[in-house]
Amino acid sequence: MLAVNLVKRLGPLMVEASFSCRSPGVTALSGPSGAGKTSVVNMLAGLLTPDEGSIVLEGRTLFDSRSGVNLPPERRRVGYVFQEGRLFPHLSVRGNLRYGLRLTPRPERWADFDQVVDLLGLGGLLERWPGRLSGGEKQRVAIGRALLASPRLLLMDEPLASLDARRKDEVLGYLARLAGALSIPTVYVSHQPEEILRLADCVALMENGLLGVQAGIEEFRQRLARTPPSLARGD
Amino acid sequence: MPEQLFTNLSLTALEREALGLSLWVSLWSMLGSLPPALAVAFVLARRRFPGKTLLDGLVHLPLVLPPVVTGYLLLVLLGRRGILGAWLHDCLGITLAFTWKGAAVASAVLAFPLLVQAIRLSLEAVDQGLEQAGRTLGAGGARVFLTITLPLALPGVLSGMVLSFARGLGEFGATITFVSNIPGQTRTLPLALYSVLQSPGGEAAAQRLCVISILLALAALMLSKMLSRRLAARLRG
Repeated sequence: MLAVNLVKRLGPLMVEASFSCRSPGVTALSGPSGAGKTSVVNMLAGLLTPDEGSIVLEGRTLFDSRSGVNLPPERRRVGYVFQEGRLFPHLSVRGNLRYGLRLTPRPERWADFDQVVDLLGLGGLLERWPGRLSGGEKQRVAIGRALLASPRLLLMDEPLASLDARRKDEVLGYLARLAGALSIPTVYVSHQPEEILRLADCVALMENGLLGVQAGIEEFRQRLARTPPSLARGD
Repeated sequence: MPEQLFTNLSLTALEREALGLSLWVSLWSMLGSLPPALAVAFVLARRRFPGKTLLDGLVHLPLVLPPVVTGYLLLVLLGRRGILGAWLHDCLGITLAFTWKGAAVASAVLAFPLLVQAIRLSLEAVDQGLEQAGRTLGAGGARVFLTITLPLALPGVLSGMVLSFARGLGEFGATITFVSNIPGQTRTLPLALYSVLQSPGGEAAAQRLCVISILLALAALMLSKMLSRRLAARLRG
């Protein structure tokens, strides 16, 4: 279980987010561009410090402004798949995948190299260099790299946004397989209803920095059917 | 140029000595200034703090000061009776004045701005998003620097090293002021060239030293370009 309660002022935008995620389960964080979704995810990862609030993951406090707890990113065990992949260009695919794996103490490891490679179909890419991969392949490697650090929470910030429709379908297929196999909570940022419907168990909507309703996926589906989807306008 | 000048292609004892000393002094100057240059470049590229402009200015000072001034300051500071020099001599048994070590220090100070600038630019070009990715994968700040930032900045670091080495080869003013012109100790190529020019009939020897200097500098610059091009190509994948 992930329990989040955050306040952060970013220039004119006041980001406020309170939500919780079951584990396992995929929580979609949705809303138009500029609503502060990426900021929330960055705060969960420890890349951005909230002004106030707390983040508790499986009973472990990652951040608490009142008690002054603020674990650095490297001690949070939070996996992060960035929108643009961010693969290390000086390491092969294998080197990228093993980067976090090598830094994880053995008792903490739950992700197995061969299993992850198999799950994401990376077998044929291991000796390749990131510069020579297609967009979809890059994102699959980025997902594998994050998983192999055996995180306790997985964050994905619009991992399909930079891909064309065909690559999107390809990676979405892998993500759906993954969602069924994971035993940790996942926060999936997207404003694409079709991605959310396919992957998420529940949805949290953000607008103008405010995180509003948190709904089950069924409720989201019904709402989407009732009103013209304001979400789809987001891009 | 008289024809018989280069009929003898092997180096004379004086040339060998000066060339060897130049390479030795420049090598140590470059290696010794690398760690502080990395630290200063990192601080200038990534940190914001009061006095940053002053530090930046101080680092670049040797680039605009007359080398003789730098040499004199080194003498005052690091000479046998200098503030730091006396301590180095009494406590660590290190004498810099009038030794090759002093020549290496003079070269290092003069080449420092070039080295820092090259490293700083390449550090600034490293995508900080990659460093963030490294941290979410469990790497602390130092490990991120060693395994991500530094390898990605390597082309710039290497070309900075070669540039610093080449600058060391050409060092004259600060060296002759700080450590004088002692054969076998501090008489590097430019100082040897200066010496033979001072003696009557030394022109032929001077021209040979001139050519050696040019070839050496050219080789260093070409090596630097080649290295950084090759590395950059590899990083592009």
